Amino acid sequence: MATDVVFDAALPWQRARSVALRPEPFGALVYHFGNRKLSFLKSKQLVSVVQTLADHPSALAAIEAGGVPEAQRPAYVKALADLARSQMIEPRESA
Amino acid sequence: MPETPQTDAPVLETPAAEEALVEESLVEEVSIDGMCGVY
Amino acid sequence: MTAVLPERPVGGRLIDQFEYGLDAPICLTWELTYACNLACVHCLSSSGRRDPRELSTAEAEHVIDELQRMQVFYVNVGGGEPTVRPDFWHLLDYAIGHDVGVKFSTNGVKLDKTRAAQLARTDYVDVQISLDGATAEVNDRVRGEGSFATATRALANLAEAGMKDFKVSVVVTRENAGQLDEFKALTDSYGAQLRITRLRPSGRGADVWDQLHPTQAQQRDLYQWLLANGEHVLTGDSFFHLSAFGEALPGLNLCGAGRVVCLIDPVGDVYACPFAIHENFLAGNVRDEGGFQRVWQSSELFADLRSPQTGGACTKCAHFDACRGGCMAAKFFTGLPLDGPDPECVQGYGETALAARDASLTAPRSHLDHSHTGPVRGQPTLLGMPAIPPAKICDESPLAGLDLR
Repeated sequence: MATDVVFDAALPWQRARSVALRPEPFGALVYHFGNRKLSFLKSKQLVSVVQTLADHPSALAAIEAGGVPEAQRPAYVKALADLARSQMIEPRESA
Repeated sequence: MPETPQTDAPVLETPAAEEALVEESLVEEVSIDGMCGVY
Repeated sequence: MTAVLPERPVGGRLIDQFEYGLDAPICLTWELTYACNLACVHCLSSSGRRDPRELSTAEAEHVIDELQRMQVFYVNVGGGEPTVRPDFWHLLDYAIGHDVGVKFSTNGVKLDKTRAAQLARTDYVDVQISLDGATAEVNDRVRGEGSFATATRALANLAEAGMKDFKVSVVVTRENAGQLDEFKALTDSYGAQLRITRLRPSGRGADVWDQLHPTQAQQRDLYQWLLANGEHVLTGDSFFHLSAFGEALPGLNLCGAGRVVCLIDPVGDVYACPFAIHENFLAGNVRDEGGFQRVWQSSELFADLRSPQTGGACTKCAHFDACRGGCMAAKFFTGLPLDGPDPECVQGYGETALAARDASLTAPRSHLDHSHTGPVRGQPTLLGMPAIPPAKICDESPLAGLDLR
């Protein structure tokens, strides 16, 4: 299962299908209708990365394209790993 | 996982706060049942 | 013009953000009807008789449309007894079909095998059965003769139908506080999840609060029990005032009223919280221009609640960060000031405050009371009223139990 594997940012990812994402002044709220988990995304930039994941060949590419400064990229990878663990994002089948 | 209040994260009020977010997690998980005011 | 809202901090803790409010509630309680087949002594909404001004089916659908637009994740439907509304099942499907998850709270009266099977095959719906005693003896004193049987029959039907994740919701009282292990065993036996919540002095709860609210000793035991057993037990964060005993309990530890949650009542009135059905906490009505969204985003009451709250005397207490001054509704309906201690403050400040109340003033009462006015079949016996046996199903109507679909 994805949750048992170390998050691989070099792979393509996407927002999970049972997940609703609602922008808020501080970032966004993300709710998974299946496992009923609720997550709070604390930056607008992270919200944008999550929303554009499916458009990029890898999570790393989405982070770069989102304009995240290099010094902050590890934190964004960690954030995506947290989201993968709670199944808010899922691996994408490459076309 | 149930979420306990973070006491180590500072409340940030300056415009440079976005950079300081590196120090703390960008994602916080909450229980949907953990809201008072729903029965 | 509404006041300029204070600047919200960037980043930081989630609860700091929540205190400033959200563009939409995360979840909200929606009482569909004040009608109820029961007459529980502590009913927070003083339910029993239907209000003639209840929202119509079409009006309820419009509310759901709004919740969808606002991306409310789920709605917690209750009442009264929501399933006595003839359009309940239609509204349930309508909500789910419009991206709004539903959890509904019920005494189980309508959950026969057919409905249980229907629920088991429906996605995005949760069911919560109310029960206030692990035995009929303890439960029926508060909820009425036969109510334990009704609830457990519903639980059995749900289990048999393969329903997942249904819940038993218990209001902790002086009379059942010693049954926590038995409640856990009971819910485990049905494959259900236990939820325990706090009794507030709201609705009819105000009349029995002195008699039924847990003692300080019971609160301490409850806190220890939650620390030891609470991992799979839900609380709706309703015991965050107990965090002042020491280690914080899981949850936001924050009063959600007007910030992350609110109530829509059967006539469309929007209150800050289901435990605060009182004019002082009335923010507007969904029938007003702008509907629910305008009330949530722009009402004066909610703007007030989303500005920094003064903890008053409580801010000097070492435990304030954990308990945040406790429950607004509990303070209000016991006649205590909102910027002072919770009546059940675990440090004892609440008892001091209660004793200091002006004896000549009566505590606030809700302007609404939909309680049954005459004797009710299967009524509770806590207050010494005689037990009248519950109705046999055919007593209600010659067509009772007949499904013509």
